[in-house]
Amino acid sequence: MGLENFFANKTGFVATKLDHVINDVVNWGRQNSLWPYPFATACCGIEFMGAVSNTHDISRFGAELVRFSPRQADLLIVAGTITYKMAPILKRIYDQMMEPKWVIAFGVCAASGGFYNNYSVVQGIDRIIPVDVYLPGCPPRPEAFFDALIALQKKIAGEEIEEHYREKRPQLRPDSDTDWDVPAVDPAARGIRRGC
Amino acid sequence: MVSTIDTVESLRAQFPDAKFRVEPTADMATVVVERGNLVPAMQFLRDEPSLGFGFLVDLSAVDGLKLEDDWPDRFQVVYHLLNMDSGNALRVKVAISESDCTLPSLVGLWRSADWMEREVFDLFGISFEGHPNLKRIMTHHEFVGHALRKDYNIQDGQWLGETESLMDEIGEYGENPADGGFSELIPINIGPAHPATHGTLRFFGKLDGETLVKVAPEIGYLHRGFEKHCETGSWTMVIPYTDRLNYCSAMLNNVGWCHTVEKMIGVEVPERTQYIRVIISELSRIIDHCVCIGAMLVDLGALTNFWYLFNLRERVYQIMEELCGARLTSTYVRIGGVAYDLNPEFIGQVREILKEIPKGVGDVLGLIKKNRIFLDRTIGVGVISKEDAVNYSWTGPCLRATGVDYDVRKAKPYYQYADLDWDVPTRTNGDVHDRALIRFDEIVQSMRIIEQALDRIPGGPVMSDDKRVQLPEKEDVYGSIEGLMNHFVLVYDGIKVPAGEAYHSIEAANGELGFYVVSDGSGRPYRVRCRPPCFTLLSAFSEIVEGSMIADAVPTLGSLNIIAGELDR
Ligand code: SF4
Repeated sequence: MGLENFFANKTGFVATKLDHVINDVVNWGRQNSLWPYPFATACCGIEFMGAVSNTHDISRFGAELVRFSPRQADLLIVAGTITYKMAPILKRIYDQMMEPKWVIAFGVCAASGGFYNNYSVVQGIDRIIPVDVYLPGCPPRPEAFFDALIALQKKIAGEEIEEHYREKRPQLRPDSDTDWDVPAVDPAARGIRRGC
Repeated sequence: MVSTIDTVESLRAQFPDAKFRVEPTADMATVVVERGNLVPAMQFLRDEPSLGFGFLVDLSAVDGLKLEDDWPDRFQVVYHLLNMDSGNALRVKVAISESDCTLPSLVGLWRSADWMEREVFDLFGISFEGHPNLKRIMTHHEFVGHALRKDYNIQDGQWLGETESLMDEIGEYGENPADGGFSELIPINIGPAHPATHGTLRFFGKLDGETLVKVAPEIGYLHRGFEKHCETGSWTMVIPYTDRLNYCSAMLNNVGWCHTVEKMIGVEVPERTQYIRVIISELSRIIDHCVCIGAMLVDLGALTNFWYLFNLRERVYQIMEELCGARLTSTYVRIGGVAYDLNPEFIGQVREILKEIPKGVGDVLGLIKKNRIFLDRTIGVGVISKEDAVNYSWTGPCLRATGVDYDVRKAKPYYQYADLDWDVPTRTNGDVHDRALIRFDEIVQSMRIIEQALDRIPGGPVMSDDKRVQLPEKEDVYGSIEGLMNHFVLVYDGIKVPAGEAYHSIEAANGELGFYVVSDGSGRPYRVRCRPPCFTLLSAFSEIVEGSMIADAVPTLGSLNIIAGELDR
């Protein structure tokens, strides 16, 4: 944050040029050292394990350090069905993650509810949290996941580092931390859709 | 063997004033009892030595709202009992009306009834008098209505505002001197977003130092409405949903479902298909055990084993993928057969894998068998006795680790299991160590089964030629009016299952996976109840871990192999 603060207040030619360089360097670092938090609830979680394990090996993309604490992660991978019972927990985990943070909806359940169009399943996590990459598949193959990861890396490469100021991100945090509203999500804020 | 008549005769002799009605069902004896006699009759069935129905297999309910004929009352609560020694099964039903839907609770007889009754309460709104903790278990606590009632619209989702605190279950515990005079207990919450709970369980406990003195589990975080969904599509459309019950061994669930429906229709699958089903079932069992052991060892801090075992899984995935096009959620089995014949390389590839499994499993065993950390952390930890395991309706490897040799493949043999030469491994201590190692024993037995099945598998068709389930050949569709009609009806209406009810089960990786199905004779299931093996396993968890160290609760949970898709459905 300090870095962004520093450059955000600079103006003029040198600062702008330097800004670009710094921007690229920071993004290069961010995109190649993602720290995933696997919010794995269902079958997709098993396929995520497949992507992490040695045959496919996620570490080739610099994202192998799976963290189970939202405080230590910057990539939330929602792999599996999110039910209404689980929704407040997912929201809280997302809120607890530090900026900058990104979200991959792994599998159709997370992306849209999948074929569980029923009384118990949230019809897409973008009803609750913003999503950067939607990844279809039931479950997606590990290769498809890597495709999504690379898409996210490209997205990060094109970002302005200032974008991750908290106040500039969509504010979904409820006023009180117990009673949360389900926000309407701006369709323009939707992320990249892979393969469909 | 005790026949139905004998069972009912002894009931009538014991309770001369009560009415017992026998219903004609093909799969097992069915007795309808009156509400007032339920508990004494059940107690008699359980304790009378000549009957010996000591095992409560399943407890569920059916909403008869849309069934016109002879349903005087709206709901029926259905109990499935089993005599583990003789293999006799019995279905007991009680009819209750909507205006007065209460029943006496059976928790005093079987502790597994605790969660099962909570589920019926949650999804049907039937209350059980005398139940110690009757509250919702699958849907969240702010949910209004009862999802499995026929008048609940499947798409009516309800947001949850605030996660339940669970304070009502154990909040006060420890403040009363009768609880054991603790000076100060620390409440602790684990999960659902916690690696040790594998994503979808939650435990709220009270700690005295590092000892867990009281635990309240909360499940239902992955309740995806499987049973409600089954009622919306054709019989075949249920198959993809079954994949996602126990997603570590999807093929086994496919087999379980199709086996049940085939029994109801009365079609016999060709011999080749039976062998194919045996082979894919055992392969699925092996990879399921691999995940269970691997994940449990990760919980103990041993990551290497996980990679060794996952390598095997990847190898099996590869051949599954060549067989049916999907790695995990296969949807390979069909009612009346399987979707495609084996690819020509399949048998050779399975033989290859059979050579690799002993290596992978041997590597893991080499790492843990004499490992002090593993032994110290598992021997004598999470112990459950034989009697308690039966009382909690445990099945599968966890039950066999306590010394009961109940295995559906032997007790009610299906397909070729009776002809193949294999054993049911058992162990005696019922602790985490035995629950882990018995899975290694089972992998060995599964390999034996596969080897023999590969040698014996005959040629021939893979789909039954029964017109009720098999689409006719294209020449017939274009060449004859019967073929055309047959095709049209099967595609348009789906497979028809005669009206009636049935319960059939197979041995899945975690234990007995049963389906209780009610059909009204149309192209859609009227009611599908899945008897998940995990559910009863986890219901005993709090009793097992109370009094043990918190660090021991984690491997105990791992050794039960809780798969949320199957637990919460
Ligand atoms: S997308 Fe498919 S595989 Fe993934 S969690 Fe949903 S049902 Fe399971």
